[in-house]
Amino acid sequence: MARTASDAMPAAALPGTAAPAGALGGILRDAALYALVAFGLCVPLVAYRTDPGPEGLVLVPRWGLVAILCGAIFVLRLLQRLLLLRRDARRALTASPAQATEAVAGEPDAGQKTSKVGLKVFVAVALTLPVLATLATGDLASSRYWIDLGILILTYVMLGWGLNIVVGLAGLLDLGYVAFYAVGAYSYALLATTFGLSFWICLPLAGLFAGLWGMLLGFPVLRLRGDYLAIVTLAFGEIIRLVLINWTDVTGGAAGVSSIPRATFFGIPFTADEDGFAAKLGIEFNTMHRVVFLYYLILVLALITNFVTMRLRRLPIGRAWEALREDEIACRSLGIDTTATKLTAFALGAAFGGFAGSFFAVRQGFISPESFTFLESAIILAIVVLGGMGSQFGVAIAAVAMVGGPELLRNLGFLSAVFGEGFDPSEYRLLLFGLAMVAMMVWRPRGLISVRMPSVSLGERRAISGAHVSEGHG
Amino acid sequence: MSVAGINVLVDETRAIQAGGKPPLLSVRGVSTYYGSVAALKGVDLDVGEGEIVTLIGANGAGKSTLMMTVFGAPRARDGSITYEGRDITRLPTHAIARLGIAQSPEGRRVFPRMTVFENLQMGASLHGERHFAEDLEKVCALFPRVKERLHQRAGTMSGGEQQMLAIARALMSRPKLLLLDEPSLGLAPLVVKGIFDAIRRLNREDGMTIFLVEQNAYHALKLAHRGYVLVNGRITMSGTGRQLLDDPAVKAAYLEGGGHGAAPGGAHG
Repeated sequence: MARTASDAMPAAALPGTAAPAGALGGILRDAALYALVAFGLCVPLVAYRTDPGPEGLVLVPRWGLVAILCGAIFVLRLLQRLLLLRRDARRALTASPAQATEAVAGEPDAGQKTSKVGLKVFVAVALTLPVLATLATGDLASSRYWIDLGILILTYVMLGWGLNIVVGLAGLLDLGYVAFYAVGAYSYALLATTFGLSFWICLPLAGLFAGLWGMLLGFPVLRLRGDYLAIVTLAFGEIIRLVLINWTDVTGGAAGVSSIPRATFFGIPFTADEDGFAAKLGIEFNTMHRVVFLYYLILVLALITNFVTMRLRRLPIGRAWEALREDEIACRSLGIDTTATKLTAFALGAAFGGFAGSFFAVRQGFISPESFTFLESAIILAIVVLGGMGSQFGVAIAAVAMVGGPELLRNLGFLSAVFGEGFDPSEYRLLLFGLAMVAMMVWRPRGLISVRMPSVSLGERRAISGAHVSEGHG
Repeated sequence: MSVAGINVLVDETRAIQAGGKPPLLSVRGVSTYYGSVAALKGVDLDVGEGEIVTLIGANGAGKSTLMMTVFGAPRARDGSITYEGRDITRLPTHAIARLGIAQSPEGRRVFPRMTVFENLQMGASLHGERHFAEDLEKVCALFPRVKERLHQRAGTMSGGEQQMLAIARALMSRPKLLLLDEPSLGLAPLVVKGIFDAIRRLNREDGMTIFLVEQNAYHALKLAHRGYVLVNGRITMSGTGRQLLDDPAVKAAYLEGGGHGAAPGGAHG
């Protein structure tokens, strides 16, 4: 019966090859339009620079720069459209981006294969980073910069993996993830400074509290979808931050919590005295022992997050999360309690955020509400989106790029030779951040679509099936 | 041919009750609203065990609403829905599904980025691994196309294959009552025939009770033991599939005129 369908499909794919022919004029017009928009933006932003002159500010015109920028955008857009011509033609034939268009997934595709190899390399580098850094820089003390950077990146990898459960797997857009990070950090900070509890007792508690908060937030809001859920979670993140600022008696207000006890090696402190870690092991005391230990601690925490996520994905609950992301109504009619399923995703994601938060507190020794702004949430979400929703390895790579990238900018001294003295590449961090985002949305937009999927209405679905008929499907 | 109309419905209900066996699914006086707009206005309907019952009607008559109301989303504002003698009117959707009612929803709603196999696993999520392999074999025998595509993403399949998958997924929960919402929607006649053959086999060989909502009145009435006609949220006619097929009003409205004729039942009361 359906044999007719498979016969019809290659025929439907044919027009794709013929499409690019008459498109060149349109592409030129499109690129010119982009250049025009760029020009409009450049006039107020770039065209004049204000320099302090002898009598107030002096306007220095920079029309040459404007011309260069507009020209660059014209050429880039032209190249982009030309390169994407084939894909655009193919996409025009596809009924809807909601219909998966990737090839049959009988065996792992090229991307999955490279990510398998890449994952091994990534884990290998992560495991040996302290050794590599020491070898590269000469001695343990001077490798501190690299190990600290590694800790920072791994913290974001862990946060990204935690949020990936909520956003990537369950498809719930959470813009306030930093709230759970904050709950975890303050849980440890307050429990340790008030009751003198050790880090190893507080770590699970911090995760538990954050998970609890996740459920508290989840109960009232999980009936919301897509954009509405995003707004509520955004508000929740801000509320937590404002509470932390204003509840001065408990949280110390804007001043934060300081002198948080350091992490110990399962009870043995990293100090120079006789009971210290170095003395017990009979090696020379070095402050780097603690840093290396912290590095491996966050590595283990991150790997646990990954392990749990990968495991759950294969279990019915993980499958239910993914199904939920795809179609909530279908899930419910299959007997899945969508509220409970969403809550577990939310609570679990929050718990991992809490673990990461308590690690953050023990590493910094000082926390304040300033560390938990919306920008943090945005960066973590960006890591998940850039990494490709639901892809564990992608998230790790994105974390390296997002957190390590700005660090890299500091070391690009040669750029000041090109752009003149006083050029500080790290000032352009947010610009590059934005560029990277735009580039991702152009080349890998599928990530965002999966978030918006559940809000597709019934009417549009009808339209899809209608389109199939006209294409000879079915 | 007997007179089709409300009276028949009442008689039939009595007949079923007189037979001592209450219907598997019984809808009584159900009204459903979208905001202040009534989509269903006091619908009465029975589905007996082992029957294929079809509900036909034009676009916007409320067919899908009735099917979704049985599933608790949207909820009936008035009236009651009874399944196996148990009132399910106020149960949440997932709890209703757990009682042994499965649904192939309108527009198929397969999980497009999951594989066919995963879709079927989702269908079996009430039972887990208990008899998964056995059920898988069964639905694959019913729909060989599904078997061929087990490890393909559901979204890459044709409309007909997706419809088969939607039914197969519903069957994985071993339902007593299968609700099918417009399985022929947007499909080529040959594919529709295949799907309707499968529905008939399910009923004959496994004795499965099937409630079928269709716009394709001819096929649906030929397949069904009994049928109901829904017009503007009210049941205007009921009878055996044969009776309805032969009814001049049904013929005019749903079989020959393509659904744009006068609503039947207005003359019959």
